[in-house]
Amino acid sequence: MLRYTLTRLLSLAISLIVASVVIFLAIEILPGDPAAFMLGVNAQEDTLNALRDQLGLNGSLWERYASWVGGMLSGDFGTSYTYRTPVAEMIGERLWISLPLALYALALSTLIAFPAGIWAASKRGSAVDVTVMGVTQLGVAIPNFWFAMLMVVVFAINLRWFSAGGFPGWDEGFWISIKSLTLPAIALALPQASILARVMRSALLDTLSEDFVRTARAKGLSRRQALRRHALRNALIPVLTIIGLQFSFLLAGGIIIENVFYLPGLGRLIFQAISARDLIVVESVVMLLVFAVVIVNFAVEIAYALVDPRLRHRR
Amino acid sequence: MSDPRTDTLPPSGAPVRLWHLAFRSRNLVIGLALTLVFVIGALLSFLWTPYDITGLDIANKIKPPSARNLLGTDHFGRDILSMIMVGARTSIAVAVVAVGIGMVFGVPLGLWAAARKGSLLDEVIMRANDLVFAFPSLLIAILITAIFGPSAVNAIIAIGIFNIPVFARLTRSGALSLWQRDFILAARVAGKNSARISVEHILPNVTNLLIVQGTIQFSLGILAEAGLSYVGLGAQPPTPSWGRMLAESQTMISFAPHMALFPGLAILLTVLGLNLMGDGLRDLFDPKLQRSRT
Amino acid sequence: MSLLKIDNLSLDIRRAAILRDVSLSVDPGQIVGVIGESGSGKSMTAFSVMQLLPEGARCTGAISLSGHDILSLSEAEMCKLRGNDVGMVFQEPMTALNPIRNIGDQVAETILIHEDVPKSEALARARDALNRVELPEDRFPLTRYPHELSGGQRQRVVIAMAIALRPSLLIADEPTTALDVTTQAQILDLLTRLVREDGMGMLMISHDLAVVADMADEIVIMQKGEVVERGPSPEIFGNLQHPYSISLLAASTHAPDRSVQSVDDPLLSVRDVVRTYTLPRKKLFAAPGVVEAVRGVSFDLKRGESLGLVGESGCGKSTLTRAILGLEEVQGGEILFDGDPVFTGHKANRDVRRRMQVVFQDPYGSFNPRHRVDRLVCEPFHLLDEPPKGAARDEAIAEALTSVGLTPEDRFKYIHEFSGGQRQRIAIARALMIKPELIILDEAVSALDVQVRAQILDLLADLSARFGLSYLFISHDLSVVRVITDRCLVMKSGEIVEQGATEQVFANPQHPYTRELIAAAPDLPDTAGAA
Repeated sequence: MLRYTLTRLLSLAISLIVASVVIFLAIEILPGDPAAFMLGVNAQEDTLNALRDQLGLNGSLWERYASWVGGMLSGDFGTSYTYRTPVAEMIGERLWISLPLALYALALSTLIAFPAGIWAASKRGSAVDVTVMGVTQLGVAIPNFWFAMLMVVVFAINLRWFSAGGFPGWDEGFWISIKSLTLPAIALALPQASILARVMRSALLDTLSEDFVRTARAKGLSRRQALRRHALRNALIPVLTIIGLQFSFLLAGGIIIENVFYLPGLGRLIFQAISARDLIVVESVVMLLVFAVVIVNFAVEIAYALVDPRLRHRR
Repeated sequence: MSDPRTDTLPPSGAPVRLWHLAFRSRNLVIGLALTLVFVIGALLSFLWTPYDITGLDIANKIKPPSARNLLGTDHFGRDILSMIMVGARTSIAVAVVAVGIGMVFGVPLGLWAAARKGSLLDEVIMRANDLVFAFPSLLIAILITAIFGPSAVNAIIAIGIFNIPVFARLTRSGALSLWQRDFILAARVAGKNSARISVEHILPNVTNLLIVQGTIQFSLGILAEAGLSYVGLGAQPPTPSWGRMLAESQTMISFAPHMALFPGLAILLTVLGLNLMGDGLRDLFDPKLQRSRT
Repeated sequence: MSLLKIDNLSLDIRRAAILRDVSLSVDPGQIVGVIGESGSGKSMTAFSVMQLLPEGARCTGAISLSGHDILSLSEAEMCKLRGNDVGMVFQEPMTALNPIRNIGDQVAETILIHEDVPKSEALARARDALNRVELPEDRFPLTRYPHELSGGQRQRVVIAMAIALRPSLLIADEPTTALDVTTQAQILDLLTRLVREDGMGMLMISHDLAVVADMADEIVIMQKGEVVERGPSPEIFGNLQHPYSISLLAASTHAPDRSVQSVDDPLLSVRDVVRTYTLPRKKLFAAPGVVEAVRGVSFDLKRGESLGLVGESGCGKSTLTRAILGLEEVQGGEILFDGDPVFTGHKANRDVRRRMQVVFQDPYGSFNPRHRVDRLVCEPFHLLDEPPKGAARDEAIAEALTSVGLTPEDRFKYIHEFSGGQRQRIAIARALMIKPELIILDEAVSALDVQVRAQILDLLADLSARFGLSYLFISHDLSVVRVITDRCLVMKSGEIVEQGATEQVFANPQHPYTRELIAAAPDLPDTAGAA
């Protein structure tokens, strides 16, 4: 288990390094000088140089990469070109909307998908199964931002149960904040729950046809007992993979949904930064999201090993 | 009782029986019909649309569906049905090219990795795949647009890059199980090298997998294009696109919901059609299901 | 009174008739062997007793098990019976256990599901059951996982689960088919001992006459869903009535007519061959481990000879085959074909390769399902510098297909249109295409039913006489090697432990391992010869 964890950690570190290099180089090949952009065309050469120094734009490619990574490791994400405020502060505020939104959506998606998938698989071919498969087929096909717009029309404009958008801030109270995240979370969760329920169902059906389930039945377990004690945990491996991937989709998918609901999260930040060519912000937000994704993948791989003893004992 | 080993590969040939089965698969028929409606609509739009969509007709702006404009008009008085037909071109073109990029790069990479299984090359290809796969496609798109500016071409590249690891992984896993088979050993005994075996023996046996995955990636491509256009990173005006139609409708949604309803339905139905078609094809190619049906 | 009584059982699965009027009975302490080829319905009979049938199955007739009328029981009542009154052992030990739960849990589950006892007691009794199947505590603690056990050990765990509650009936469905011959003998001994100790009845299902003949008190022979013959063993073998059972027995002991003229001139010489594999590193900076799959093997194969290579799984015979075929380079020694090395300068020698061909075990996996037969059999032409084209190609295809008993028109078909036996004929035709001198038969008849196997053996004998072919016949099945080879080699742990004339090796084995193998191989009773 220790060896497994260490190899996974190593691959996590490599992923992060490669990702940071790719992002850095991608931003680096951009034409244009942020300093010139900030100061306008009439700026003096020495003022430009001073600003470049201040922004860390002088020096070799390697020095700039090292100072960027070094800065991030110590929590210093640099200074925004447009707002002239520390990027870390800007991200910190926004993260407190985007992260809870993604977690909220993930919880909803899992809570819907598990029972639906298990129920459909255990009653294969029944009306329940057909209904779950039909609804999830629609759920997979629906564009989530469109679904969000429809929900705004129905629940915010017509029924007035929720506000159409915006975020009051956590200081205004926990439940009010949660309420304003509810429609966005549902919109994000619906397609993901559909995918997860379908994966859960097919993984369960696959394991139910395995020899060891037949062995369990020969011991005297009923279908339901065999499903619960033998099929379910074995079916978790593909399901965990999807949950891991979904977290990254939820974080990134939030970027679009935040636009529908005018939520001041990372998504809004990144669009403002792109239109203002505030590249240091773009760079940092993307790197942060990649970091989150890689960490989640690592957690999923550790979860695999907890489920499957064969992985624990390997290498 | 049949040999379980035959279950991994579908039998080929016998096209008559396949067609026969195809028409018994409800998913496939509905999916194909839906997909065809949009493909034909897109093709037709090159020759004819109910109204010209380039001209403005402010007198007729924001009209709900009527006999004159079946799906109503938008805030410039353009016919929404015509816009949807022309918008289908963008969606389909972006998705087709993106799937093409994924296949052209992904399939050879997957075949190559499988042929050199366990080697450093395999490891590098698969790790690189994992890395791209871990980046949500939207992030890639955002990075690309941040660098090169928003456009339909950049959207295609972003979606296409994300498709590469999907096809590479699928091809590799399909190929790996084929490499275990005795007929590959027979080809090696006949002196064929791994490149030749990959093309002659592996590729024809993974095409079914690729077709099924292709329809699914196609539908994901349409969704992704719509999302990118919605946030302004996809097709730029004046190219019509479903995602941008939705973005433009958003501020008017409280008094002109039809402007948001129909482009969204177009996306939903196209994606649904492609997914149903993919499911239908998977059933059709899967000998286990075939046997239970015959 | 019988423990199990099946009366006129008929079974349909989605309107396809699987069983017709099957009747048999098992008394306490009695072992009843059910024999049949694939598709005879023998396994479905067993699953009918358990009522673990595929969806859409419908039974008529009567099955009574210790007084219970099985067909009228509800599913809940069946659950109480399964594992408690009747235990079952399956064919595939590698997949029969849940890979993510340890063996103690899985054995204890049988007890916990039927009796209201604390987990600790169930585990203690699971320990007893594992001890009874000869998995002692010091080497096999309850916390072992299935992937840490060999196939034979896993089958023992499955048996422990089946007998944990001392059921009155044990059903074994091909329990040793997937195992090596020495392991098979141990498992059969174990099953017999448990049946005798507990006074259980046992329904033993197998395709192998000899396996059943050794241990069963009573034998039932099935064909196409019907019972065609039954009687006490071993007497039944001297007095078979039904034409099917007579031909089945004949096929099991069939020896093809062979006229051998081997010349004392080595066609293939294997000299001190060593083949090693590197293992993945255990630690990041430690030297990688090395496995010697083949350790200094030497032998000659004479022109016109049929040479057998016998060994159990993992003995290195497959590795050796690949080396001979020039698919992998060896780390030591040399392999010469008619004096020329099969591997020169890290590359396979084409001139040598075109003079030998191979036939594999699996008739289903040996062909690309997307190609037609003509393209399939022409694949070895790739080895020729100027492969025949047009009419010459057609003629070669027709000749090869005819010589294996198929018709030239078969070349337009796809492989899925052929049965297992026909596919093996096509595999032989493919090998014959470039008129090789040596054909390596790698378990070439192991996957076939006995009657088909007998036909293929005849075909091989005939072809060798007609074309002067030499064979290297690789098999785990001693009875087949005995009838088709002139000389044989016995391989164990990468080494040849014994070689000599086949009859001599079998009649007077020298090496202890050879003796063990021969003793473990199930035999038909002597009375069988009288049939």
